[in-house]
Amino acid sequence: MTTTEKQRTHGMNMGALNRDAGSSELKLSRETSCISVKDMSLYYGESQALKNISMEIPKNRVTAFIGPSGCGKSTLLRSFNRMNDLIDGVTIKGEVNIDNQNIYDRKVDVADLRRRVGMVFQKPNPFPKSIYENVAYGLRIQGINNRRILDESVEWALRSAAIWDETKDRLHESALGMSGGQQQRLVIARTIAVKPEILLLDEPASALDPISTLKIEELIHDLKDRFSIVIVTHNMQQAARVSDFTAFMYLGEMVEYDNTDTLFTNPAKKQTEDYITGRYG
Amino acid sequence: MKISMKNWVKSGSPWIWLNAGAVTISVVMVLGLIGLIAVRGLAHFWPADLHQALVTDRSGQQQMILGEQVQVTQITADQLRNAGYQVDEDIQLLERQLFKIGNRDLYGFDFRWALTRELENIEYPRHATVLERREWGNYYGYLIGIKEDGRLIAEQPLGENILWDEAQKRIQRAVGIYWEIYNLERREIGQVNYQLEQLRLAERRHELRGTDTPENLAELAEERAYWNDQYAEMEARLAELYGQFSRDALVMMSADGQRSVIGLHHVVRGFQPNDMNVFQKMGHYFAKLWEFVSEDPREANTEGGIFPAIFGTVMMVLIMSVIVTPFGVMAAIYLREYAKQGLLTRTIRIAVNNLAGVPSIVYGVFGLGFFVYFVGGNLDQLFFPEALPSPTFGTPGLMWASLTLALLTLPVVIVATEEGLSRIPRSVREGSLALGATKAETLWRVVLPMASPAMMTGVILAVARAAGEVAPLMLVGVVKLAPNLPVDGNFPFLHLDRQFMHLGFHIYDVGFQSPNVEAARPLVYATALMLVLVIAVLNLTAIAIRNRLREKYRALDM
Repeated sequence: MTTTEKQRTHGMNMGALNRDAGSSELKLSRETSCISVKDMSLYYGESQALKNISMEIPKNRVTAFIGPSGCGKSTLLRSFNRMNDLIDGVTIKGEVNIDNQNIYDRKVDVADLRRRVGMVFQKPNPFPKSIYENVAYGLRIQGINNRRILDESVEWALRSAAIWDETKDRLHESALGMSGGQQQRLVIARTIAVKPEILLLDEPASALDPISTLKIEELIHDLKDRFSIVIVTHNMQQAARVSDFTAFMYLGEMVEYDNTDTLFTNPAKKQTEDYITGRYG
Repeated sequence: MKISMKNWVKSGSPWIWLNAGAVTISVVMVLGLIGLIAVRGLAHFWPADLHQALVTDRSGQQQMILGEQVQVTQITADQLRNAGYQVDEDIQLLERQLFKIGNRDLYGFDFRWALTRELENIEYPRHATVLERREWGNYYGYLIGIKEDGRLIAEQPLGENILWDEAQKRIQRAVGIYWEIYNLERREIGQVNYQLEQLRLAERRHELRGTDTPENLAELAEERAYWNDQYAEMEARLAELYGQFSRDALVMMSADGQRSVIGLHHVVRGFQPNDMNVFQKMGHYFAKLWEFVSEDPREANTEGGIFPAIFGTVMMVLIMSVIVTPFGVMAAIYLREYAKQGLLTRTIRIAVNNLAGVPSIVYGVFGLGFFVYFVGGNLDQLFFPEALPSPTFGTPGLMWASLTLALLTLPVVIVATEEGLSRIPRSVREGSLALGATKAETLWRVVLPMASPAMMTGVILAVARAAGEVAPLMLVGVVKLAPNLPVDGNFPFLHLDRQFMHLGFHIYDVGFQSPNVEAARPLVYATALMLVLVIAVLNLTAIAIRNRLREKYRALDM
């Protein structure tokens, strides 16, 4: 499939999506965007880590953040489910809207927000419990203890995360006995078990071997019909492979945000081009 | 090939030698200590051969002695000359022996030193007999007759042993009756007394509340009559048992020819060590060992067992653990997870660490002043006014001792738990929070289970410290002889207000407060060994629990 063909496909699928080459911003209508960031800045104490970020993240698509280390892509991702709240001395200005509500509003229940916006971290972090209990954890937190519902949800989540066949015979063994790649898929299963709307993946494959990475990438592809996915990655090939849209960040600024194909083949900014061609970063 | 000194130093070998040497010295010291107390303590229960010898002391007086050789030492001739002995000029050292000759009722003392050169005609008579008594210590001598109800029913000349089997039979019978009496007094009469005391308190309670209506009082009187009947019945049974108990007596002759009649109600066991083979001696040894760990002490703690002390120690440590663990864990969770980290938390942390260094006697004084007199006194005023002026909780007891030690070991638990909490990877907490768990849910479901091995480490350290502590306990609840165990069959079964015995204090008491130092010495070693064993068992239990938890919540390889 050539670049133009793919571009056309996108254009057909997302009629509301227009490219404004001048501002390098994607315009999405309310219906097709799941996260809308407005003029957000984030400070660690005195130092500014994110500078006036504004972007719309589309629903049921995979959006990738790329950029050199320390550019703020993980920070931006973590601000979508308020994980930055856990770090002392973080202040945030601007808005992050999910379902037309600013998640930094005082009325927002953070636990509920995090249930709706699930997150998978760089290193697999299963709990020291059985595979079953790992997946059921989020449901138990919500007070679901009905055995039948739990069984169904666990199976559904494990199947969705394409790990059911490997785990169905050892559901009650410790999750710590699995390989790194399996653990990461288990963590994804655990996250989707609570049926979030948005899945945030923070370099989910960076600690894994190539084969596990491939499986995760296939999984992301399968999951995007059901979830809106935002992925942070160091690996540009990965971003090109899995994402529909890509944002390039540099030093806390959103340099360019566009269709993945456009960004990689025809970047509007010199900085982007330098980065993706490997001239720095 | 010669390796230069410089290269040798550079290779690190001296450093390894130094470290290995330090470890070796530590191991040797620990093993040496345990070996010493084990040998000294455990050898005591072996039935030693009885020596009979004629001793001529320096004034020329001669006495036939019969007893166990306890010790052989060297003494310098100068010391003896100063004491008035005639010692030849060319002799530097002389050997002297300590004999346990028993028969305190005859001689007034039951140990005797003698120089080896003063001993003559040393023999090991086959039928020399030891009677372990409940009073006056051991009797060493020969059996010459048996009495029943004051009448001589059998006699044998010195040197014969035809009556021994009969005597043994009668000793067994008396010991059987002894245990019957013991159970009756301790259990049944104890229970009746307890009930009568409860009735007295109930009456007093009615008086204090003004509910001493005739009906209430009549009810109490009825109950009291019932228990008094029970008591009278038992009293009668007891009197009969006592009659049976003192029926028999043995006629004995000591080595120097004094006759004594020893009632079998005083005798715990009789044996003829010179006539025993190795297996009989082993049987005797284990019986004595079992007596040591399972029975009450006798004769100002210098004989018998140490069971109440073992029980008290374990009980106190368990109660202490139950108190200190939740407190320490809660404090650590607040300090590490919730409190804003700043100057104040740092100060508190330093204060907690310093608390661990405060001398334990200070805790004892605090426990006495605060727990016993203030808290206990007020508890008595509020809940036990009927028993006043005699205090219930306003006096040293098990609960206050446990609380004082809990306070003493609190820093250890806090520090260990904090350490454990800080080692839980951030990623696991974030994983839980990202699933919509609140901070409290994350703590309960993920962090605390994972930190539980560290908490157990804290408890292990606390147990090790608490079990070995003596000084504060002397102020807040430990006594040299407790009449009752803190646990019995009377409601509420666990009596936290009671005073109790403790192995550490028992060592001090037997070793330094005993009227009969020589007799007590082996028991000090045996008790010390027991204390080490009890601490080791408590610790190993805790370590086993910790290892299971570790296995379960194995830290993630991250």
